[in-house]
Amino acid sequence: MRKLSVLFLLTLSLLPAALPVLAQSGASPQMDSALQQNGKIYVVVAVLVVIFIGIVLFLIRMERRISRMEKDQRSASS
Amino acid sequence: MKYWWKILCVVLLLYTIIGGLLMPVPALEILHETIRNLYYHVTMWFCMLIIFFVSFASAIGYLRNPQPARDIVAVEAARVGLLFGTLGLITGSIWARFTWGEFWSNDPKELCAAIAWLIYLAYFILRNSFTDIDKRARVSAVYNIFAFILMIPVLFVIPRMTDSLHPGNGGNPGFNTYDLDSDLRMVFYPAIVGWTLLGAWLLDLRVRMKKIELNRMIHA
Repeated sequence: MRKLSVLFLLTLSLLPAALPVLAQSGASPQMDSALQQNGKIYVVVAVLVVIFIGIVLFLIRMERRISRMEKDQRSASS
Repeated sequence: MKYWWKILCVVLLLYTIIGGLLMPVPALEILHETIRNLYYHVTMWFCMLIIFFVSFASAIGYLRNPQPARDIVAVEAARVGLLFGTLGLITGSIWARFTWGEFWSNDPKELCAAIAWLIYLAYFILRNSFTDIDKRARVSAVYNIFAFILMIPVLFVIPRMTDSLHPGNGGNPGFNTYDLDSDLRMVFYPAIVGWTLLGAWLLDLRVRMKKIELNRMIHA
């Protein structure tokens, strides 16, 4: 489990480094108009990343709970 | 390390979210920036198809050798697949509002997707109408095979034979145009794997949960 959270933090810490590189290869001017104006698309990216990580943390908690129940059941039946 | 594929899922989906929104895409008429939906909307259907195939294969497996575990995988895979199908329908409808003008305009692709959705919804209604566990598993496995085989032409053949406005059908810029684009492929393929692994993760959790419940029922 600790390995998992380390991986999350690592990915997160790499984000700011990766963003400028990605931003340089922007789309053609016509495509920029609505979505990438003022570079605020990053706000949306940040929001989505936070939502996704929230969902993943929820899944991990479920994962651990189910693993514990499986272990309990195995030790009870043996 | 049995969690490796779950970590891979998270990494690929983070890449899909960040790269999918920021990396360059080809400029096409009608689609414009919504071409990025390829990484989110289209992948929902890919994921659904793969998970439904798992369900279909488990249903066949159950009929060959009736084990409760196979029935559990079949029903839970159908459940996760239906979740992704529902998300595919909703996201497609949002996209249609801003490219075709209406949330729902009875396009052949929309109607066929709705039919496929209802076919799988009926699976759960059918299942829940049985009280006998063995009969429920057997009849729903038979229906599952029927549903999967029916879904293929309904989703992938009929819309292409008619005048659907959906990209990839009729005269619209679609799969053939952008499938060849390397910018799109760089996110599209990892996105398919990422979303499918997320589906597999949900399936894994649900199957284990149901197995715990089953064991509890047997020992009670």
